[in-house]
Amino acid sequence: MDAILEMRGITKEFPGVKALDNVNMTIRRGEIRALVGENGAGKSTLMKVLSGVYAHGSYQGDILYNGKPMAFRSIRDSEEQGIVIIHQELALVPQMSIAENIFLGNEIARHGVIDRRETNRRTAGLLAQVGLRESPETKVGTLGMGKQQLIEIAKALSKKVDLLILDEPTSSLNEHDSDALLRLLERFREQGMTAILISHKLNEISQVCDSITVLRDGATVAHHDGMVDESAIIRDMVGRSMNDRYPPRQPQIGKVVMQVRDWTVADPARDGRLLVKEASFELRRGEVLGIAGLMGAGRTELAMSIFGRSMGEFRSGSVALHGKPVDLSTVPAAIRAGLAYVTEDRKSLGLVLEDTIRRNIPLANLPGISRQGVVDRQREGAVARDFRQRINIRSPSVEQRTVNLSGGNQQKVVLAKWLFAGPEILILDEPTRGIDVGAKYEIYTIIRDLAAAGKSIIVISSEMPELLGITDRILIMNEGRLVGEMPTAEATQERIMQVIIRSGQDLTDENVTPEQIEAEAAHV
Amino acid sequence: MSDTTTERSGDTFGFIRRNIREYGILFALIIIMAFFQVVTGGILFRPVNLTNLFLQNSHIVIMAVGMLLIIVAGHIDLSVGSVAAFVGALAALMVVRLGLPIPVVVVLSLAAGAVIGGIQGYWIAYWKIPSFIVTLAGMLIFRGLTMWILQGQNIGPFPRGFQMIASGFIPDIFGPDKPHTLSLLLGWGAAALILWLQIRARRREEAVGIADEPFAFFAAKNTLIFLALVWISWVLANFRGLPNVFIVMAVLVALYAFISERTTLGRRIYAIGGNAKAAKLSGINSERVVFLTFMNMGMLAALAGIVVSARLNSATPKAGVGFELDVIAAVFIGGASMAGGVGTVIGAVVGAFIMGVMNNGMSILGIGIDYQQVIKGLVLMAAVIFDVSNKSKT
Repeated sequence: MDAILEMRGITKEFPGVKALDNVNMTIRRGEIRALVGENGAGKSTLMKVLSGVYAHGSYQGDILYNGKPMAFRSIRDSEEQGIVIIHQELALVPQMSIAENIFLGNEIARHGVIDRRETNRRTAGLLAQVGLRESPETKVGTLGMGKQQLIEIAKALSKKVDLLILDEPTSSLNEHDSDALLRLLERFREQGMTAILISHKLNEISQVCDSITVLRDGATVAHHDGMVDESAIIRDMVGRSMNDRYPPRQPQIGKVVMQVRDWTVADPARDGRLLVKEASFELRRGEVLGIAGLMGAGRTELAMSIFGRSMGEFRSGSVALHGKPVDLSTVPAAIRAGLAYVTEDRKSLGLVLEDTIRRNIPLANLPGISRQGVVDRQREGAVARDFRQRINIRSPSVEQRTVNLSGGNQQKVVLAKWLFAGPEILILDEPTRGIDVGAKYEIYTIIRDLAAAGKSIIVISSEMPELLGITDRILIMNEGRLVGEMPTAEATQERIMQVIIRSGQDLTDENVTPEQIEAEAAHV
Repeated sequence: MSDTTTERSGDTFGFIRRNIREYGILFALIIIMAFFQVVTGGILFRPVNLTNLFLQNSHIVIMAVGMLLIIVAGHIDLSVGSVAAFVGALAALMVVRLGLPIPVVVVLSLAAGAVIGGIQGYWIAYWKIPSFIVTLAGMLIFRGLTMWILQGQNIGPFPRGFQMIASGFIPDIFGPDKPHTLSLLLGWGAAALILWLQIRARRREEAVGIADEPFAFFAAKNTLIFLALVWISWVLANFRGLPNVFIVMAVLVALYAFISERTTLGRRIYAIGGNAKAAKLSGINSERVVFLTFMNMGMLAALAGIVVSARLNSATPKAGVGFELDVIAAVFIGGASMAGGVGTVIGAVVGAFIMGVMNNGMSILGIGIDYQQVIKGLVLMAAVIFDVSNKSKT
């Protein structure tokens, strides 16, 4: 077998987490390899190791490329060898032209003066290769996502590329553009290029890939040559055992507290593409409701939009609390109505990192620690110490700056902030992301106790075992729509994955044409 | 809990490291004062010079307390010098040309400052136009308007009552002999009040176990502040008593320190500067808070404008040129961070006095304006380098 790349025993540790654990992977020359796995399984980390984002020496294991051991210290090193990675988030400068973007950092110049004619000539050639009919002088910002993706590929081709890595290249493309991209990959394969395709879309993997590697919890768990049954892949992706990682509870579910009707949110940055489409659901007293879905499914957008329209552009929809319509158009209004949103991004959206625990906790309810606008410092201190003890925030004192706390303790401070606001409904977005198992258990216990105290809780999570372990009912979201719902008692990871993947295929079967999408965009 | 003891006694080393900036700045002021006291052969602390020190720096201190809030909120105001000049000219027009009574003039001038600050704040807060740009425009606009209303000439002199705002002293109700009894009573009374408040706060903190500062530090700091106040009032009382602007300044510093540390409004300003997105998601009405901060700054710039024109006894087109830079430098020397969320009113005031003492001391020594600028620039740079290196270590 002629292997272009062999990764042997790759182990990468972050403080407290083993992101990759003895990963082995061999890629044959000229194949398209699919790399699949759940969010957080380690796919991106593995590709960062391969491309030198994580420098040689920061991980264990060997990378053999064309049979020779490699020690990449930066992306530049790996690109010199012909390994080019295209990230999920496009790295193009919208204000610059196609040609300028393609040769950014790699300009065709003599004595620092750019040769515009040669740049444009070479760009035209590259654009022909990827089948994009645009002038090299066109500004990138005026083009759609599909065309921008092709420019990224043209940029990769401008370098000497033998191994092309694409990280979810079609996640933001419509069906037409995705197809074009996949056909392009097949053509490159005929020309002898090797590719690694990271994707969640099993249908497109089955279209173009020669073999599949499945990652789970930082380890390679399966390898399939040729196509296999979809359900087998799903089992590989999610199949981990469920131990006593969740506190036991007896749900006591009451009457409906909140009803959301036809909630629709658009993306102001992308010509009104819809982030959330007509989402409707209800939430009951004492209930823990999970929302499952892949990254980018629109879960955070839905939650933040309901919470004072904090994300995206509100289009339509209504919320009723206890049967009465309620105004949630600003964050203060949402807080007054009894809502709390605990963000998935505690560092940039949850905490004032330079401030102490004591000063962070009352931020969402300053009147609660003050009289006529003057802070009662004793009350503030008492509140902080009370929460510190009640939910076990580990720190020398409440005077500790939150920047110095561990992820789990930071999460508890954010939780404390919202508990002090006295909400009736808590929306927890990825409440255990990036925190260790012990702290997770504590967070689950807090959630359980809140539900037992009659609060209603929505948990958004990308970890399906977590949803299965702590919720009463699960909503499934995909591509901005609520595509399924099941009682947790009847749910399994496989069933949830099936709903997600089927919903994606339903959209495919509809055969949405670019014209239809444009019409939709024009309509909204 | 088992770790209550660590909480109570605090860990001295960690405390120093966390608060090195606050003590460092106070320490720097003491060193600088001691240095100039020695090299000027004792002129620095002569009653007449000390009085002048306060008179000459009052406008910087007045604006620094407002600028501190602006910078803590993550913004900047470059227009304060021009606004001060503009309002000074407006006040001069009202007093000299229209002959309006002085209290009316003061109220109208402050209102004009608040309106100007409010207009700038409106574009910054609600339209999200960077404050650097809005206030840069304001700087140009109000400088131009100052020249326009003054028609390139000075307006003055002022009636005595108006001059008194800046160069008068509080009356002595106990008779004309020295020392000035009312000044002494006010100064010592304030010193005692501050000491009592500090001890009371400390007691309460200890009672609930959140006293973070080691006792030795607490005692040393407060003894120092107490003695400094007692001594300053003694020196000033033996000259002409406390200047009117000294009272204004002291009240403003106390008021703004209280607002920034003890009120929910202060909390909101710090939260917005520390993490604007988190503040917004916590239900804080950032727009309104930023708007109010700029309105307040406009009012304080107006007050500074009145003080400056009253002191110079005329409104001139060139008044207040470069004030914004002195004020901003004072705030940064005082430990505020360009990124927002960090800084104290007391720090900004100490920063203003560091600049003031250096100006004064170097002038006494006859050091040229050229060197003075260089040295002030170096001090600012040193203070910020200290901040950055200190931050990267922790």
